[in-house]
This record gives sequence, C-alpha cells and structure tokens, in this order.
Amino acid sequence: MLDEMAFDLRKYLRRNSASVTVWVALLALILFGLMRYDNFGSAYNFSSFLNYNAMFIAIALGMCFVIMTGGIDLSVGSVAAFTSVVAAYLSPYGIQVALPGAVLAGIGFGAINAFCIIVLRIPPFIATLATMLAAKGGALVISGAQTISVDWGSNFTKLGMGQALGLFPWAIVIVAGLTLVLGLMLEKTTIGRTVLAIGGSEDASNLMGLKVNRAKAFVYLLSGGCAGLAGLFLASGFGAGQPLEGIGWELSAIASVVVGGTLLTGGMGSIPATVAGALLLGLVFNVLNFENGQGTISFSAYWQMVIRGGFLFAVILLQSRVIAKQQKVIGS
Amino acid sequence: MERTMKLPKRVASMPLRFHGGIVALAALLVFNSLFTPNFLQLQTLFVNISQVATIAIVAMGMTLVIATGGIDLSVGAVMALAGALAPLIFLSDLGAANPALGVALAIMLPLLVAGLCGVFNGVMVAVLNVQPIIATLILFISGRGIAQVLTNGNLQTFSNPSFSYLGTGKILGLPFQGWLALVIACVLFWVITRATWGRYLLAIGGNERAAFLSGGPVRRVKIGAYVICAVLSGFAGLIVVAINSASDAARNGNLMELDAIAAAVVGGALLQGGRAPIFGAILGAVIIQLVKYTLLANGVEDEVALIAKAAIIILAVWMQQFRRT
Amino acid sequence: MNALVSMSGIEKSFAGVPALSQASLEIAPGEVHALIGQNGAGKSTMIKVLTGVYRRDSGSVVIGRGESEISSPREAQEAGIATIYQELNLVPLRSVTENIIMGYEPKRLGLFVDWREGNKRAREVLARFGIDIDVTEPLGNFSTAIQQLVAIARAVSLEAKLVIMDEPTSSLDASEVEVLFGVVRELKNQGVSVLYVSHFLDELFQICDRVTTMRDGRTVSTRIVSETKKLEMIADMLGRNTDEIAAEGMTDFAGAKAKRGSILLRSENVCSGPRLTHFDLTLHRGEIVGLGGLLGSGRTEAARALFGVDALEDGVIELDGHTGQPSGPDEAISKRIGFLTEDRKAEGIIPDMSVRENMTLALLPKLAKRGQIDFERERAIVDGFISDLGIKAAHMDQPIRELSGGNQQKVLLARWLATEPDILILDEPTRGVDVGAKREIQSFIRSYVDKGFGVVLISSEFEELVEGADRIVVMHEGRSVTELANPGITGNILVGALAHHDAGADTWNAQ
Repeated sequence: MLDEMAFDLRKYLRRNSASVTVWVALLALILFGLMRYDNFGSAYNFSSFLNYNAMFIAIALGMCFVIMTGGIDLSVGSVAAFTSVVAAYLSPYGIQVALPGAVLAGIGFGAINAFCIIVLRIPPFIATLATMLAAKGGALVISGAQTISVDWGSNFTKLGMGQALGLFPWAIVIVAGLTLVLGLMLEKTTIGRTVLAIGGSEDASNLMGLKVNRAKAFVYLLSGGCAGLAGLFLASGFGAGQPLEGIGWELSAIASVVVGGTLLTGGMGSIPATVAGALLLGLVFNVLNFENGQGTISFSAYWQMVIRGGFLFAVILLQSRVIAKQQKVIGS
Repeated sequence: MERTMKLPKRVASMPLRFHGGIVALAALLVFNSLFTPNFLQLQTLFVNISQVATIAIVAMGMTLVIATGGIDLSVGAVMALAGALAPLIFLSDLGAANPALGVALAIMLPLLVAGLCGVFNGVMVAVLNVQPIIATLILFISGRGIAQVLTNGNLQTFSNPSFSYLGTGKILGLPFQGWLALVIACVLFWVITRATWGRYLLAIGGNERAAFLSGGPVRRVKIGAYVICAVLSGFAGLIVVAINSASDAARNGNLMELDAIAAAVVGGALLQGGRAPIFGAILGAVIIQLVKYTLLANGVEDEVALIAKAAIIILAVWMQQFRRT
Repeated sequence: MNALVSMSGIEKSFAGVPALSQASLEIAPGEVHALIGQNGAGKSTMIKVLTGVYRRDSGSVVIGRGESEISSPREAQEAGIATIYQELNLVPLRSVTENIIMGYEPKRLGLFVDWREGNKRAREVLARFGIDIDVTEPLGNFSTAIQQLVAIARAVSLEAKLVIMDEPTSSLDASEVEVLFGVVRELKNQGVSVLYVSHFLDELFQICDRVTTMRDGRTVSTRIVSETKKLEMIADMLGRNTDEIAAEGMTDFAGAKAKRGSILLRSENVCSGPRLTHFDLTLHRGEIVGLGGLLGSGRTEAARALFGVDALEDGVIELDGHTGQPSGPDEAISKRIGFLTEDRKAEGIIPDMSVRENMTLALLPKLAKRGQIDFERERAIVDGFISDLGIKAAHMDQPIRELSGGNQQKVLLARWLATEPDILILDEPTRGVDVGAKREIQSFIRSYVDKGFGVVLISSEFEELVEGADRIVVMHEGRSVTELANPGITGNILVGALAHHDAGADTWNAQ
C-alpha cells in the first residue's frame, strides 16, 4: 500500500517519456529565444504569441480527443473559417451571442461528422474530408466569398484583442479553462476513459459494454465545438470573418497532438502535452519570425506550409520509432 | 463425413456493382438532355472530356493506392508542384534556346519530381509504417507550399503551342488527354488483371501479412502504387497547366484528392483495399464531372457545388457497405 | 433442478443459411458446463445469441425466472452473464485497473473516477485468484495468461452469475492452465456457473460437471462428464459410431515410415531474440520432424527464423549444404521452403480472392513470363490440386472466404505444395479444422513425405506429434532441449520429456 503512495519518478518518466520530451523541448526553445533575441521575452511578444496561438490550441484540444479514439477530423480548418463568418455576422449582438452562436455552428458540423461516422459507418477521414468540403462551400456561400468585417462597436473584439490583467489575452484565458476541463474529463470521468478504451480497441470496448457510440459522438461534437471557438477567436482577433482561412489548420492540430505524445492509432494521449505541442509548433514560427526580423534568413509566407509539413515529418519519424519500441514491449 | 457447406448463391456482384454507377450516369445524361441547354452538342462533349481526363487519370492512380488499403491525399499538391515546374523549365534560358529539349525536359522532369514525391509517400507508408492519411498529409500541405515557393506565388503565363498540345491537342477530333486517359486505363487494366504485380497489389490489399508470408514483395508493390499515383498526378498537373496556358500553384489540383477519392469509390474501389476497378474509376470520374457540369450549367454556384460533391462522397462510401456481405 | 439458463428451440440463420436449428442448452446454478462440437457446429453462434450479440430468429431463452430480452453485450453483463472471448475483449494499452472497472468505475461526487478505490478493488479481486501485480501498469505488459485472468477478474467483479469461457486455454501453458482451473473451481465454490467451450476434451474431465455436444447447428446430447468416455464425446461430435473410431485410431498419420535420405536442413545454435535463444535441428529427406513443446516454448519462432521472417541474432542455418538464413519469405520460397502459418485468418487466406488466386500466391514468381501470369498453367495446377486434395468448392473462382475452415486449410496447403518445396514447415496444420478434414490433411502430409521431402511439424496436439513425427525435438523456453525418436514415443514419454524441464507439466495429461 505504501509503495503506491510513494511517487516513483522512474516509472513516471518511463510511462510519460513523450510528454516529458515535449515539455523539455518547449523550455529549451524558450531559453534559446530569450538568449538570442532582445524582445523575445517582452510582454507584447508574450501576449500576442498566446493570443495568436489560442485558436490553434483550441483546435488541437478537440483533435486530441478525436485521435485518442483512433479517428481523425480533417474538417476543423474549414469549420473554423465557417464559424468565423458566423461570428462576424453575430458580432453586433455582442460576445454573449456570438460565442454560443459560433460554437453551436461548429458543433453542428461536428454532428454531421458524428452522424456520418457512427450511423452511416463511413471511415472518419472520408467523412471529415467531405465535411471539410461542405464547410468550405458553406463559408463561401454565406459570406458571398468576401471577408466579413465585424462590428467594432460591440464588445465583440474585446475577446480577441483585450487582455485580462493586462497580460493574458481573453482568448487564452478561455482556452486555459477549456484545457483544465478537458484534462479533468480525460483523466477522471467515465467518458474520458471510454475515449481511451475505444482507441485501444473498439471491439473490446463494445464487448465490455461501454457506451462507445456516445463517446465517439462526443469527440466529434467536441472537435466541432473547438473549431467553432477557434473561428470565433479568428474573427475577433483579426476583425473579420474569413471564409478562406483555415487551410492546413488540421495539419497543425494533428502535428500538435502527435508531438504531445498521443498515439495516432489512439488509446493513449495527454491533454497538457497536446497544449505543449501546440505551443512548441507556434514557437517555432515565432522564432523564425525573429530570425526573419534580424535579417539572418528571409522566407516568404509560402514557406510556412513547407515548414509545417517538415515539422510533422520530423515528429512522425520520431514517433514511429517510439511506437515501434512500445509495440515491441506491449506485443511481447 | 457429411459436409454441409451451404454456399450463398453466388450473387453476380460484379455487374451489380457497376450498375449503380451506370444508373447514376444514365440518370445524369437523361436529366441533362432534358433540362440543360445545349447539352447534346459536340462542343459539350469536348469540354467534358477535356475536363474529365485529369480527374480520371488521378482517380486511376488513387484506385491503385486504395487497392493496397491506403489513401493518397497529396495528389492535388503533386499536381501543383509538377505544374509549377514545367513553365519554369521551358521558360528558362536553356528551354528558350532549345525549344524541343525544353518541352521534353518540361515533361520529364516534373514527372520525375512527382515520382519522387510518390517514393516519399510510399517509403513513409511501406517502410516506416506511418498511416497513409498522415503520411500523405505531409505533402498535401507542403507540396503545394514548395510549388508556391518555387514560383514565389506568382501566376506564370506562357505561350508554348507544343507544350499546350498536352491539354488542347486533338486526335481524331477528340481531345488528346482523353486518349491519354484511355491508354493509361488499358495499360493499368492489363497490369491489374494479367501481371504478377497486379495480383500482388490485390493480395496485399486483401491481407498484407498473408501476402508477405507467401513471398509477396509487399514494400516494393506498395511503394510502386504510390509512385504510379504520384506520376499520374504529375501528368494531370501538366495537362491542367497546358489547358490554361498558365500555371497557378495555389489553384492547380486544389481539392483534387477529393474528386479522385470520390471517383475511385463511386467506381467500386473498396477503402479496405483488395479491389482495383480501373474502368470503374473512369466511370466515377465521368459521374463526378457530369455532376459538376450539370450544376454549373444550371446556374448553381461553385460553392454549392462543393457541398453537392461532399454529399456524393458520403453517399458513395455509404452505399459501399451494402455491397459487402 | 432449477436451471439458471435454459435455451430451447433456438433457430438462427444468416442470409438464409441456418447456423442453429432446434438448438438447446441448459445450465444449472453453480455448475461447470462444457459446450463442445466441431468448428461450425454452432457453439459460438449459440453463445452470441445468449449474450445478445445476435438476435435469435425463434426459440426461447430463459434466464433465472423470466424470458430473456437481452439484446446487447451490456444488457447481458447487467443480467449477470460475463463472456471471456477467444480474442480477449480487453484493451492492452490501458491499465489493469481500468480493464477491470471500466464502465463500472467507483466515483467521487458522482462524477470523478476514484482511482485509489478502483486500484484497491482491482487488487482485491485479483488477490482472490492469488495474483499480485502492479495494477496501474498497462495490461499489455503482462502475459496472455495474466490478461486472461484479468478478463475473468472483470467478470467476477461484476458479480456475474454465469461466466462464459470460449477456448480459454488455447493460449495458456500447462502451469497457467492449472491456475485457470483453480479459478474455475473457485467460481464454482462461490456458486457461479461456468459455460466452458473447448476443443481440448481432456480438460473437461478435470473441471466440468456436464457436457453438451453440438453438431451442424443442433444440440445432440447432454451428458454427465464423470459417466462419459472421451470416445463417446467424439462420436457425438462426429455423428459416428464409437467402434468405428476405436478401430481406425485417432489420426491418419500412422503408416509406413519412409527411409531417411540426405540432410536437407541443419540449424545450429539459432537465436532470433528472447523467445528463441538456442535451437538445433536436423531435417533429412523423407522424414517428419515434430517440434514439441508448450505454448511460448519457441516453436513458432523457430519456424519463423527458418523461413527468414525473424532475422538471426546468432547461430547458423544450413540449407542443402549452403550456409545462410533466407532474407525473407520470398527468398525462402526460392530456396524451396514452404511455411503453412498457424493463424489461417490473419496470416493465411486472402478472403476476397478466389480459391485459384489464393492457391497460386506463393507460386506466382514461377507462373510468370516476363511479369505476365500464365493463366493456362495456373488453371491446370489449381485443377490438379482441387481434385487431388478433394477441395470442396463450387468452382476455382469462388472467393475463399465462402469455404469451410477445413477446405480453406487444404487450399493453403496446396499453396505450399504447388511450390514443390523440399522443406515444408507446418504450424498447427489441423487446428480449427473439423475431424474429417483433419484426417485427410494428415494423410496428405504423410504421402508427401513418402515422396522424399522433409516436413517440420508443429502441433499442440500430442497425438498428432506422437503418431505423425519420425522424431520430435522437444522445446522449452526458447531452447531445443531433447530429441525423441519414433517408433517408441508415447504420449507419456513426450509429457515426461516436457516435464523434465517444467515441473508444472506433469499434470498435463495427454491421454
């Protein structure tokens, strides 16, 4: 009994090697930035960095739950673009209307995904690829293929531009709250454990009598809702609903989740490490911006996509080794 | 020893499978001839053939990848990359000095690069055992990025009749790319039905471990499927550039992965693998193209057409489930 | 006797093909009830009807006092029926505790899982079976036996009245089987009924009270085990007369043993990892060498090393006088080795492909002319094997998944015979095959060897080894330890050789 109380550091490290790695990498990159660039640690860089990345963290959180079930959601980018337009239209009524409106719109697309995957039994990547298309079309239709300016008179833009305590953007405060809730949900509630069990083995979960379909529906609704939130942040932070945004966001989110040590095949994952992964990915761009500013390198916006792809590639290479090792242990 | 193996009456599943697509095609044709103005004209046929060829070519490659139980999301990006490279080559000093060599290189090199993209995808999937969706997602994003970096995001316009033949030439009055698609289809059909490579491809999709333990060259065949798919995508990218006499890295092949997957699935490819209906892919491509055309010709906006396409994909995959016993 | 479960007149068909007709089953409270029958006799379907996985077409299921309305595995659990499936229904990536309490977690504030309480419960229920492990460790880190016991622990912690075990011992070694039997007896003492499905008839005599036999979807008999002979059970399963079987022997291996020829294969000190550390074998033309040993003794690993699937870490393999391990299955095949794998579904058949395509898969390189398949030759070869092996298929283009297990196995055997290998490695060639096909397969193997080829035979059935093999290499924990030579090997001698290296094995009675 006593052994269990005692914290076993070695066991902890062995079981959480991936998340420990991502935190260490994040810290190392922050230290590197602090030492190399003058303004890296400034309050402005700090808060604008968090503000900009809030939407990516939100999407990564939803994606993390989806991936833990062994699924995938490729629609998040388009859904965020769609909900940014919705939020822009609702902005005159203030944040109290726009927030639930955007999130509900996102959940709506999540519901379509859930329906296709659970009821029609369509593989997740096909279903969400189709929804990606539909959301993109939808965003263009409702916006008339124009960016939709938000109402600057209401409290709407405070969300994306204002700050709590003068340092923490509201968006990141909301995301932090979401992280806490989802982290607790994963570790401590039945639905969180069911999500992990499904990713571990869906058949076994069914035979164990777990409510598999409910948990699967939940993760896609959650992912849709998170994308909705991200769209809200987008509209509020940049002052416009942008139907053409969101390209490649699913990739960033997947990369963040994978960097955080979540197995792509599901069954294992961590919420805090996913946030760390999203921050790490964002920080890479932040550091590159500083390098650009210093004139040591110069890269156009088009490099972003290349770098994102390269980053995911590097992580996958690392993970495929880790997975191979783990499977050896588990398989024997 | 009595043996009471009751065989379910062998349903003629192959023709049936095809019928769904053919019925859809017939319905589209009937609808269009009744409601779409000027549908029954040769010009319409040409337009549709020249459009459908690119979808069909990519869809055939996708069918091979899907037959291994994989998927290739990077086809559109590879199109953009190949398409961006070609004008760069024949507009270069070397290409301007030797027009013939320039055009030859402008076709060969992009296809080679596309092939390398295929090798990358194939190695990720077959050697590193990364899930195909994730493996090909990398080039899905960065492939187009590379194309844009190469062209600095600019639209490259040109006037080069011999290169444009790829997209505008005609043989016996029908567009060149239509013939090309047909030739590719015949070659692939032969490979699937008569060559050992094709047999291995289907075996791997059906049961990879069994195929490996029976001596099947699993890695080689899988990488081969991704390479063929990428090279065909490269071809399609070149054709699109040739049609437009312009290369736009941001738009070339955009969302092509969806069209190709949809065409393959409508044509009868099983996402689990083990089946490679090449002519089905062409039928699927024709249906996708006709839906697009029908909506466009009847004044439906492009954006709404996206939603319709999403619905077709869902419908096609959903219908697939009833085919399996 | 007031039955706990009583199923009668059960009918169930799939797409018009009857799987169960007038099947019945009755389980008394606190009894261990065996359910036996050949493959396809309807055992699994019967269980799935009982546990709500399938809906019955007609008939009645009475549980306790009332008609059962169970329509999902969860409802079955709530009605006190827990099932331990052949493929374990657990999640290896998650902890032992989670696997035991999943779906019934203790909660704090009605919302948050109380892990400390959960771990405690998990430890307690495992302790009842004498197991003490770190319950926070992922389940996949433990042996199959532990995983199986965790599945049972889950059932018990749900306060099941009936525990269904589907082939529970098929992946356990002898000492683990003893632990399992202990658990079964403990369940019985606590008044829990057990429905025990098994192919190993010997086991039934140790733990079961009654046995129900099924054949072709019907219930043929229910007998009291202590008053029944093994032969009677087999006769019920086969629908044959006991005297017939007694006269013919249990297997069709017995026959004139051919003369040994030159050395085909030699392996010395072969090591491919922790599960195969030291393996010596010499195979001559015209002989069958058996690999005897318990599960996990390294038999399959030895086969995989010989076939080039697992790379050697140490040791030498010599084929036909040339040293060197094949680099993979393709090279092994070109060096005239064949390997019939143990798991027919996962590693053998390609379900959607035809009988013809499945049969010629390994032969493909030899069938091709410049990359093109020679269809005429292919058809001729397939035709030949279909008639030689008596494969029952509508035609050679029928998908193999539509064939019975025995016929599928014959097709796979033909796949290897077609490559005309000098060395044929057979891993459990008759597992999961009905008795008729089993005898046929055994006699093909013998006739093949008589032509001067060499066979390495792996089998869990001692009868098959004892009667079939010319020599038996006994394996234990990844090492080849002894060699026995026929004639003269009996089940007891083989058990003795195993027991010599494993104290737990002497309770393993091979008839």
